[in-house]
Amino acid sequence: MGKLDFGGVQREVCLEYVPEAVVGQYANVHVGFAINLMDEKEAEETLSLLREIEILGMMDEEGSAPSAEQESGPGQ
Amino acid sequence: MKHVEEFRDAGLVKKALADLERTVTQPWVIMEICGGQTHEIVEHGLDQLLPPEIELVHGPGCPVCVTPLEKIDKALAIASQPDVIFTSYGDMLRVPGTEEDLLTVRAHGGDVRVVYSPLDAVKIAQENPDKEVVFFAIGFETTAPANAMSVQQAHHLELKNFSVLVSQFRVPPAMEAILGSPLNRVQAFLGAGHVCAVMGYWEYEPVAEKYSAPIVVTGFEVLDLVLGIKQAVEQLEKGEAVVGNAYSRAVTREGNIPAQKLISHIYQNCPRAWRGIGEIPDSGWCLQPEYDFYDAENRFDVGQIQSKESTICIAGEILQGLKKPVDCPAFGTLCTPEKPLGATMVSAEGACAAYYRYGRTRDG
Repeated sequence: MGKLDFGGVQREVCLEYVPEAVVGQYANVHVGFAINLMDEKEAEETLSLLREIEILGMMDEEGSAPSAEQESGPGQ
Repeated sequence: MKHVEEFRDAGLVKKALADLERTVTQPWVIMEICGGQTHEIVEHGLDQLLPPEIELVHGPGCPVCVTPLEKIDKALAIASQPDVIFTSYGDMLRVPGTEEDLLTVRAHGGDVRVVYSPLDAVKIAQENPDKEVVFFAIGFETTAPANAMSVQQAHHLELKNFSVLVSQFRVPPAMEAILGSPLNRVQAFLGAGHVCAVMGYWEYEPVAEKYSAPIVVTGFEVLDLVLGIKQAVEQLEKGEAVVGNAYSRAVTREGNIPAQKLISHIYQNCPRAWRGIGEIPDSGWCLQPEYDFYDAENRFDVGQIQSKESTICIAGEILQGLKKPVDCPAFGTLCTPEKPLGATMVSAEGACAAYYRYGRTRDG
């Protein structure tokens, strides 16, 4: 068992199925069991791919790169 | 929270939708299997934001919805017996059987308890050696690792007073049943991300190939859903049909191996009846013969059960993607979440309940 933080609420969760878990990782939890750990590198890749695709698409349509505002991502 | 907000970011969703619009050139019908995804789609009106060529239909991936009425009636009969503590996930308590629901059984003096995790049910069995503790083990592949572990735990602790009423479903055979139906309209699937987090997606590869239907593993945030739909449309437009993964931050091809190991140790494949659809070969899990002792259906004699479904309800057609909730004459009138006639209005994850909650009508 381990303690997980659900956006401010802490709960005991069974980590039996994610033996490789280390402190600080994110997990999907289902009925009290962590079923997988989140791969942050993959998450970043998905997001950056999306940003790239958009830039190409915008250039197709408007012939110019997007403004800084349109480029704004998470946390801004 | 990291990597949650980003996948809900309205700006990014708009970008992804614009990108999707550039990809689509003709009409396509795509089914999201998972009830959680249905809920997310209807809540955010995503189906209405998509390019008009794309029609989303809602699949049978809501365990409360597809648990057959006979099983619920059996649960009610067991829970009504003296010296039984009946434990269940909260969302099963309001599900009506032919005559009553688990809440009514509790009101009449039955000991019905909500548990957050199946291990809580095992604990209750440990603390109450003079009572029979039954856990209603419902769910898809997502809850199977937890449900299976409760049996293993009880076995390890040599608990004689613990048993499970199993209503455990598997997604791939249901996809095959839908794709193989002569009435089928579904051209591609969004695979349920959490199911695949457990099982991986290797099981889907033969299905995609056999039926020439793309299957894209998809997450649960709005952006995840758009990205999943985008991958599916890309394949459809190119005439491809493979398994894609739009939820790579959580899902690998092989899935969670320790979880799969315990599942196959405790459970074996078996035919399973789906409420509103009927029996689908191989679509369920039952206890392995060596864990028969923990099967509540063997332990309790509840006699003959006469279950009676509503004759108006079209849940079966909705669960197969043939109809939408608003096509039902009883939707929102005779049938509401407070007084549901059938499977898809019963659970918050059901398509009818989602349409009702977010005010969908025949006009959109």
